[in-house]
Amino acid sequence: MSAAREENHVIYCLDMVKAYGANVVLDDIDFKVSRGEFVTVVGPSGCGKSTMLRLILGQERHTSGTMLIDGREIYHPDVTRGIVFQRYSLFPHLTAMENVMIGKLFTATCLELLGSMETSRDEAMYYLKKVGLEDDAKKKPHQLSGGQQQRVAIAQALIMKPEILMMDEPYGALDPYTREDLQMFILEVWEETGMTIFFVTHDLEEAVFLGSRVVAFSQYYSDGRHGLKHGARIVSDYDLGRSIKSTEVKKSPAFSDLIHRIRHESFEPKFCQSVKAFNQTHPDSFMTLTEEQGAVAAEVVESI
Amino acid sequence: MRFFDNKNVNQQMPQKEAQMQMLKWIWSVGVNVLSRIWNTVKTFFSLHYCPSRVAKVLLAIVPFVLLLGTYIHFSNKRHEENPRDKILPTISQMYEQVKIYVVETDKRTDKNLFVDDTLASLKRLLIGVSIASVLSLIWGLSMGIYPWVRSTWMPFVTFVSIIPPLAILPIIFIGLGVEELGKISLIVLGITFLMTRDLKIAVENIPREQIVKALTLGASSWAIVYRIIFPQVMPRFIEMIRVYLSPAWLFLIAAEAIASKNGLAYRIFLSRRYLNMSLIIPIVFWITSIGFLMNFILKKILDWKYRWYVDIKNG
Ligand SMILES: Nc1ncnc2c1ncn2[C@@H]1O[C@H](COP(=O)(O)OP(=O)(O)OP(=O)(O)O)[C@@H](O)[C@H]1O
Ligand SMILES: [Mg+2]
Repeated sequence: MSAAREENHVIYCLDMVKAYGANVVLDDIDFKVSRGEFVTVVGPSGCGKSTMLRLILGQERHTSGTMLIDGREIYHPDVTRGIVFQRYSLFPHLTAMENVMIGKLFTATCLELLGSMETSRDEAMYYLKKVGLEDDAKKKPHQLSGGQQQRVAIAQALIMKPEILMMDEPYGALDPYTREDLQMFILEVWEETGMTIFFVTHDLEEAVFLGSRVVAFSQYYSDGRHGLKHGARIVSDYDLGRSIKSTEVKKSPAFSDLIHRIRHESFEPKFCQSVKAFNQTHPDSFMTLTEEQGAVAAEVVESI
Repeated sequence: MRFFDNKNVNQQMPQKEAQMQMLKWIWSVGVNVLSRIWNTVKTFFSLHYCPSRVAKVLLAIVPFVLLLGTYIHFSNKRHEENPRDKILPTISQMYEQVKIYVVETDKRTDKNLFVDDTLASLKRLLIGVSIASVLSLIWGLSMGIYPWVRSTWMPFVTFVSIIPPLAILPIIFIGLGVEELGKISLIVLGITFLMTRDLKIAVENIPREQIVKALTLGASSWAIVYRIIFPQVMPRFIEMIRVYLSPAWLFLIAAEAIASKNGLAYRIFLSRRYLNMSLIIPIVFWITSIGFLMNFILKKILDWKYRWYVDIKNG
């Protein structure tokens, strides 16, 4: 893997392991993401999706292996990576307007702060309009509905124009209608900005509908290490193309087929496929196995 | 006024049957009324009871009326036996004493004792609580934010906050003197550590996501402290002051009782020497009123400046 190639990728992980003490959560992850990709991430509860997100964010450090964001090691969260959580993204003591504007205030120098208050306000208003909440600019978060709160949170992240926008189950608490509404909204944003998006969700339909690439993490696989509790790996990785799908696609048989396949490969504890058999069809996906793992894996495949 | 037109009834049925009808009617009305009363009573004592505004006020008055009634009853009884009883003075006895205390100027010191005592006590209390607030705010915030401050000071604060402040009262008085410094120090030592500990917990209760979010928006450490953490801790801090005003009063009263030349508690303990209940009870009432007013003001500040906090708390 040449250094030049790595730099083309926004996220690059090689043999990355994340463990909390003896508890290995992410096991030997090989993962790279091209610029402008909409990556949706699924996997059983507790498999380490949020952990992966925290690592990319820089909130935590991986235990071993390589992890580069934009070709650089990262140590702290910063403005190049925005985040929308399921809850607590908004500051409860600020109005919607102030919540969107605060990033501008944080990054302005003292002198700018005096001059650019108005321009920041205008810019914040532009983003509030974009998410359709210009009338609620003066409301505090608790006066907004869940869907409106998430819209403000997205606007709040967008104003910083991050390289990567990360979202951890952002629509998890919304009703189906609002959810679909916001799905269309995030697709529009993606199309317009060309941002890389890393979107964690529990909803397989949402994942397959939104993503240009669907990645499934799972701890249910076998690599020959019997009886040993191992961490999660990427068990499937599908390329769905970058063109935006219409909602009609949700009704097509191919769509539901893929959902069933991912559910089977990633969520079923009894289905323990070998590391060799992972369904990684995305061109960016790759997997490096140690010799030992490879040998054991080959054995497993044969015995199957 | 009659319910039934007798003539009419008589025409249609015999006398006896009419009476039976009447009895049945009364019976059913009675049962109806009784069951309604019973239902009301049952709801009242159940957890589904939802008192109206008026009912709330009426219910709230009940304990006060009970207290006052009990007092007046026993006071009257004692005064029947001994008209010069001092233990449970009548309202008029108290009025006499209060008049002397509040209106007249003390001949020896040439001061109005009531004003002098109130100001002295308030000054000690407010200075003590202010110092404790500032100290605990700085200390608690830094403990909540910086791991090194937390590791350095948390065990110490936990340990020291367990020491009963009244137990070290003699040490404070010996070390710092019995003048204002000693009294204020007792209040400060009495509540600062507890407030510090609570503030640290308040900071830690701010979701981690908020800090991460602020970092992704380019906030510096300092900006996180004064734009995110401080404004969110502030309402909790005001609530804390409301709670810790009670122990502050306790330490003030202890300090004034033991060594003082003025102050409301000093006056109470001076009056005790002469069994002057006629003055003690009104002063206790006065202290309570001041405390109530402070509590009320803090609550209003919270309602007014931190509406979002109150709204979220009330769901
Ligand atoms: N700070 C931590 N210390 C120790 N263990 C942790 C910590 N954070 C997460 N874990 C463990 O890591 C594992 C993965 O957690 P994570 O939150 O990433 O799962 P997830 O895939 O996001 O799950 P969910 O879908 O429920 O959100 C869990 O088993 C959890 O117990
Ligand atoms: Mg999670």
